[in-house]
Amino acid sequence: MAVTAVPGVEVRRPIPRLRRLEDERWLALALLMPTAVLLGLFIAYPFVEGVLLSLSSARVGDPGHFVGLKNFAKIWDDSIFRTAVWNTFWYTGVTTVFKLALGLWLAMLLNRHFKGKALVRAFILLPFIIPTVLSTFAWKWMFDPTFSVINWSLFHLGIITQRINWLGDPDLAMTSIIIVNIWRGVPFFAISLLAGLQTISPELNEAAAIDGARPWARFWHITWPLLLPVTMVVMLFSVIQTFADFQLVYVMTGGGPANATQLFATYAYQLGIGTGLLSEGAAISLAMFPFLFIIVVAQLLYIRRVEVR
Amino acid sequence: MAKAKRRSVLKLAGGTAAVSLGGMAGILATGRTPAYAQQKTVHWLKWVDFVPATDQMFRKELMPQAEKELGIKVNLETVNGNDLQPRTTAAIQSGAGPDLIMAFNNQTYLYANSVVDLSELAEDVGKREGGLFKYARSICSDGKMFMGMPWAVIGGMIAYRKSWLDEVGASSFPDNWEAYRDVGTKLKAKGHPFGQTLGHTFGDAPGFTYPYLWSWGGKEVEADGKTVVINSKETVDSVKFMTGLWKDAMDEGGLAWDDTNNNRAFLSQTISATLNGASIYIETLRKPDQYQTEKGQPMSKDILHAPLPKGPAGQFGFHLLQSQMLMKYSKNQDAAKAFLKWLHTEDHYRKFFESQKGFATPCTAKWENDPLWNVDPVMTPYKVAARLGQAPGYAGPPNAKAAEGLSKYIVTDMYAKAVQGMPPEECVKWAEAELKKIYSE
Repeated sequence: MAVTAVPGVEVRRPIPRLRRLEDERWLALALLMPTAVLLGLFIAYPFVEGVLLSLSSARVGDPGHFVGLKNFAKIWDDSIFRTAVWNTFWYTGVTTVFKLALGLWLAMLLNRHFKGKALVRAFILLPFIIPTVLSTFAWKWMFDPTFSVINWSLFHLGIITQRINWLGDPDLAMTSIIIVNIWRGVPFFAISLLAGLQTISPELNEAAAIDGARPWARFWHITWPLLLPVTMVVMLFSVIQTFADFQLVYVMTGGGPANATQLFATYAYQLGIGTGLLSEGAAISLAMFPFLFIIVVAQLLYIRRVEVR
Repeated sequence: MAKAKRRSVLKLAGGTAAVSLGGMAGILATGRTPAYAQQKTVHWLKWVDFVPATDQMFRKELMPQAEKELGIKVNLETVNGNDLQPRTTAAIQSGAGPDLIMAFNNQTYLYANSVVDLSELAEDVGKREGGLFKYARSICSDGKMFMGMPWAVIGGMIAYRKSWLDEVGASSFPDNWEAYRDVGTKLKAKGHPFGQTLGHTFGDAPGFTYPYLWSWGGKEVEADGKTVVINSKETVDSVKFMTGLWKDAMDEGGLAWDDTNNNRAFLSQTISATLNGASIYIETLRKPDQYQTEKGQPMSKDILHAPLPKGPAGQFGFHLLQSQMLMKYSKNQDAAKAFLKWLHTEDHYRKFFESQKGFATPCTAKWENDPLWNVDPVMTPYKVAARLGQAPGYAGPPNAKAAEGLSKYIVTDMYAKAVQGMPPEECVKWAEAELKKIYSE
């Protein structure tokens, strides 16, 4: 289409400096700059600082000197650290499976039509919206060794005769923090998967139903494969967050009893802040990185494969 | 550079009418902060006192008085005791923050590089007040400098229900571990066990486990501060005894308690005795209608205090010692030091001491004979807390390594593991291995 200049109206020419942006390469650079600055300032810089710190002998108030991988060797030899590694994997693995199962189930239920749908969907999000520390304190009370409302109810229902030592027994303490993490994480799964479910055309399901497919077959051969990309992304976020979880455990048990609930982040805090060993604390935080890196790369590769298919 | 006086700033700003607007221009013109901001401000960060009356007194009386007499401004900030360490670390690393920060126990050693020596003040106060107790000296001074100015000791004593002990035939609190277990067993059978935390919590857990270990003759290291000797027959005996004690006499929920759980368990009449600061008793005094015994009497009338029982090697205590650190990054060191000195003059310190009603025990000998200790006999046992305390890391110095052992809860976890079923010898070996890693560097 030809452009004709309207007579009498002077065509405004861009200022020369801005003309540069007509070049797509410069424009791209300019548009990317804010993101790059933000990422650099808040992700790359702390990360590099963390790496440098972990390679030094820094303590609080003492910048220390370069010691190579000594901190990593030290924590590798540390039984509390090994406990924390095992706990973190167990904690992340179990919670993710349950969050996915329950989240998917909830999403399927919410995807149906019923009265008050919007209201229920909003309420489902509550555990996710309440600040973690606040809700964790409520859970801490529910699991309280002396005043547990859960024990009280079970006792009065005649199910138990002795109180359950929720946070005092090592296995039960781990179970307790897992329960709270699942409670907190399910809404995120449910709402994200619900969004994914709504992109699946109902016609596919209807066609399958007409062909005589049972509900389970419809789920397994239609819904699940179509939902898989969303599921993988949601799981990716969840795994990263759970792996680096701190506040929930810090509030509930402080890593106790006898390190039964110690995770990467809580132990890093205990060493870095509690003991002033900033370098070792940084080393522990960074030790998460290779594990997370492998998990993330594996998941991303899988997502790509699923998307290509 | 010439000092910017208020007058010159105002002149530059072009008159007094628009101080707020002109002031800014004036500041920009001189490139200096104005004179009125140059009044020295001393920023003091301390814990939220467990005795609320003390913080109120500080804000309403003592701080305004200090501001008037010293010509400074005092910015008193109070935070939860657990939050002092993150704040201190952040302040030191960024080189800016409060001028004075309260430290707990041997945290002073962790921050030794970043604080100003307070020897002169500490020695002066010690001399004037009949001598500084060994406990305070060992925690605040490494022999070369005072890393903190000893402030007070929050004594840990066993609070117990007199009537319940009477019911099982104990006329006073048991003074050795065998008797402690016997009485506790009888009380647990009646539904009122003893209660103690073995969780990851800064106050009550090490406050119980360290003196318990020492009373059996166990210790982390030799006096050289290097040789780890926790794996001894004495320690193993203490761990063995603890497993039986726990089952027979203690509230088994204690593994998960933090520093507040035992207060609540005691106040709700679940447990009959627990090691604590005086806060349980003070709370029952404050709310006599809320806290009553099963017979309808005020609970405060049924509470007494006693030190931890003796073991084969003696009787010990580990009490929370608080000190004030003057930070090296502070730009107001002189003012902060003057303020600290002012706080420690007798008249001013007395206001703090009296507002605590015995919850805090001063670190110098003179206060032990103060009439305050006779006002309420229930509080009298606390007066010796500062004299009898012993620091973690014993028999070595309470240095940064001892602080590392403390913050990793090694001694506490040694007992917690045994109570959870690990064989006592293995628990002790575990603790030995962890301590060796700390002390070998």
